[in-house]
Amino acid sequence: MSIRLEHVGYVYSEGTAYQKQALKDVSLEIPQGQFVGVIGHTGSGKSTLIQHLNGLIKATEGAIYYNDKNIYEKDYPLKELRNQVGLVFQYPEHQLFEADVLTDVCFGPRNQGFSPKECEKRAREALEMVGLKEKYYAQSPFELSGGQKRRAAIAGVLAMHPKVLVLDEPTAGLDPKGRDEILDQIAFLHRESDMTVILVSHSMEDIARYVERIIVMNQGEVLFDDTPKEVFSHYKELESVGLAAPQAVYIMHELKERGLPVFTDATLIEEAAYEIMAALKKEKEE
Amino acid sequence: MEMIKADKLIFEYEKRDEEGNVISTSRAVDEVDLDIKPGDFIAILGHNGSGKSTLAKHMNAILVPTDGSMWVDGKDTSREEHIWDIRQSAGMVFQNPDNQIIAAVVEEDVGFGPENLGVPTEEIWERVEESLRSVGMISYRHHSPNKLSGGQKQRVAIAGVLAMRPKCIVLDEPTAMLDPNGRKEVLKSVAELRQKENITVILITHYMEEVVDADHVIVMDHGHIVMQGTPREIFSQVEELKRYRLDVPQVTLLADELRKRGLDVPAGILKKEELVNALCR
Amino acid sequence: MIRDITIGQYYPAASKIHMLDPRVKIICTLLYLISLFTFKNLAGYVFAAVFLAVCVRLAKVPFKYIMRGLKPIIVLLLITVLFNLFLTPGGEILFTFWRFKVTEQGLRTAVYMTIRLIFLITGASLMTLTTTPNALTDGLEKMLNPLNRIKVPVHEISMIMSIALRFIPILLEETDKIMKAQTARGADLESGNIIQKAKAMVPILVPLFVSAFRRANDLAMAMEARCYRGGAGRTKMKPLIYNRRDYIAYAVMAVYMIAAFSAGRYLPFHVWIF
Repeated sequence: MSIRLEHVGYVYSEGTAYQKQALKDVSLEIPQGQFVGVIGHTGSGKSTLIQHLNGLIKATEGAIYYNDKNIYEKDYPLKELRNQVGLVFQYPEHQLFEADVLTDVCFGPRNQGFSPKECEKRAREALEMVGLKEKYYAQSPFELSGGQKRRAAIAGVLAMHPKVLVLDEPTAGLDPKGRDEILDQIAFLHRESDMTVILVSHSMEDIARYVERIIVMNQGEVLFDDTPKEVFSHYKELESVGLAAPQAVYIMHELKERGLPVFTDATLIEEAAYEIMAALKKEKEE
Repeated sequence: MEMIKADKLIFEYEKRDEEGNVISTSRAVDEVDLDIKPGDFIAILGHNGSGKSTLAKHMNAILVPTDGSMWVDGKDTSREEHIWDIRQSAGMVFQNPDNQIIAAVVEEDVGFGPENLGVPTEEIWERVEESLRSVGMISYRHHSPNKLSGGQKQRVAIAGVLAMRPKCIVLDEPTAMLDPNGRKEVLKSVAELRQKENITVILITHYMEEVVDADHVIVMDHGHIVMQGTPREIFSQVEELKRYRLDVPQVTLLADELRKRGLDVPAGILKKEELVNALCR
Repeated sequence: MIRDITIGQYYPAASKIHMLDPRVKIICTLLYLISLFTFKNLAGYVFAAVFLAVCVRLAKVPFKYIMRGLKPIIVLLLITVLFNLFLTPGGEILFTFWRFKVTEQGLRTAVYMTIRLIFLITGASLMTLTTTPNALTDGLEKMLNPLNRIKVPVHEISMIMSIALRFIPILLEETDKIMKAQTARGADLESGNIIQKAKAMVPILVPLFVSAFRRANDLAMAMEARCYRGGAGRTKMKPLIYNRRDYIAYAVMAVYMIAAFSAGRYLPFHVWIF
């Protein structure tokens, strides 16, 4: 399922005092199976952008194509689209409502019209995918810990078997281990299935570690759309729009300035360590 | 005299059935001792559910110990008659910026604490102005909190506490719900406070980068204090921190990684400059 | 969209009206509303319109902003007009429309009623637009203070009101978010009969209640942490004291009342049937 956005624009509360252009001429193409990161400061339009992806918000300009079909055509099955594009909102645990975890995860598949047996099967699979242990299935979702609630909520979307998974800051408010666990699980899912994953995050370190492509949003427009290394090499421009690069990038640049012959394209700690070791070795040899 | 002192503090949550009988208890804080001197900047680290927030709520007498004791500014928090003095001298900022702003206008919210303390009107105005100025929010005094960013709301909350003229301010994960820029704003305000007012700061967080300037770091796990020391001492123990579901700042991680590869860099590097200096001798 | 509702919203500006004591604004708004119902001819309405226009001007609230507040009541206005137009007997029949007869009296009542409603809403929203919710509740608290003697918890009521006002926009936004989240999980909120629709609200209402309780709990804790312990012993940052301008406002209002009342009843000013 390839996604194509053509000149998408969106204007909020048109004709009122609050009128605001949230998206401006956004054109993108995301092939099936990509792991994409979206970054941008609060109010840059990234949340608006992802809500367009499953038709929750309708663009005021331009068009969106899934498998080359325009989703704004009159008889396009929007409900079907929502089944294929799973959207996990920020703090998704705030939408849990059933008496027990398993039933809550069944909500999605039930809305898709599956039999109770099939719903349960899908729910169990999804819960397993997010690594929630079986002993929690019968518990009230409100009694789980923060990290467990978050998993249950993500499972609620996964149980719908989306082809595209969009996550809006899935690690907000979690502790470091919880953050790594959730992201590792998502990366694992991405590897195991052919799912497209679109990850919105404020953590440049996480983005650098997991995604193969970064879309940078600024004032409703796409500022950069490239590989992490390429995007983070523009760290000065990123700073000017209120963003930053991973710490490693800054360290490498500083080292280079101080005369250590390192390549500055490392974005991960391991890469940086490797680069530094190599540079030191080279320096010693000379 | 210590600003905050705890002696074998224990706190248990009780779970009750519908008739109100206790069916189980769980220990959130277990035999914790604390000695915090006036003017200190203390950071408390711990994963979600480690008991750090429960401990923080004792510093403001929102919770009182099940066993053991807690003194704030020399006053025992379990004594009913001290409760308002304690809350005035140890102000508290919470995690969710929306759920701690009471008034619909910034300046009125900052005035809420002094109003409760019975401060005369004219002095309330002075305090409100001064507090808003010290967190850099004076130009927003007539704004509605709903229109502010997360970082701005938290600064208003800090001003609201400052206006009560506390000796100590306890920040319970003030940046957990903010974006990186909001986080920077709040931390900058806190740092400025420490410089200007010499106020005791207790910062509870699980962002490692926020605690590198602390005088003393306390790590909690399962209600216990499991590690304590200077940031350098704490962050030189990368593996142990990871066992407690925590992390170290990126720079520290890189230094550790280099050491593992046989490079001679000092342990517990906390800042970019230190690492660069160590490598470019 | 939910966020477009302006009734009860505060519009910050530095105007003479904003600076008035909330009690003045409450009392004058009430008086103004009463005055609207005393008019018997067009002169009164013209007078009331001029007065209102001057107040809006003084308040420095954009005209467009006030107009938007009228949008939600358009349906109500239409119903009022239709009922009055077709169902009021009396006077000469102006024209017939299918089985309905529009009488002179009907047309007159319909027009007057519409004007009254518009002025009434505009007047009331001018009060809320120029007075912060807190000031409004402060005003009410002070005005209702005598009720304290008969054990009415006036302070508590006003505190509840001001907190409710502060959290309305937050909860509206939250509802919006939860609705979107459940729609993304395939919830169908629109189709079906009444029972199905009510059932479809469960996934929205439960999280909303949970969130509201969590917020209430947090807020109570935050208030306690800032030494809130009820109304006793509290001082006020903005105590209500009448100033010169408040007395002037009362005087202006008194003049308006007398003038509007006499004009609206006795001034022989008629246009066509009005």
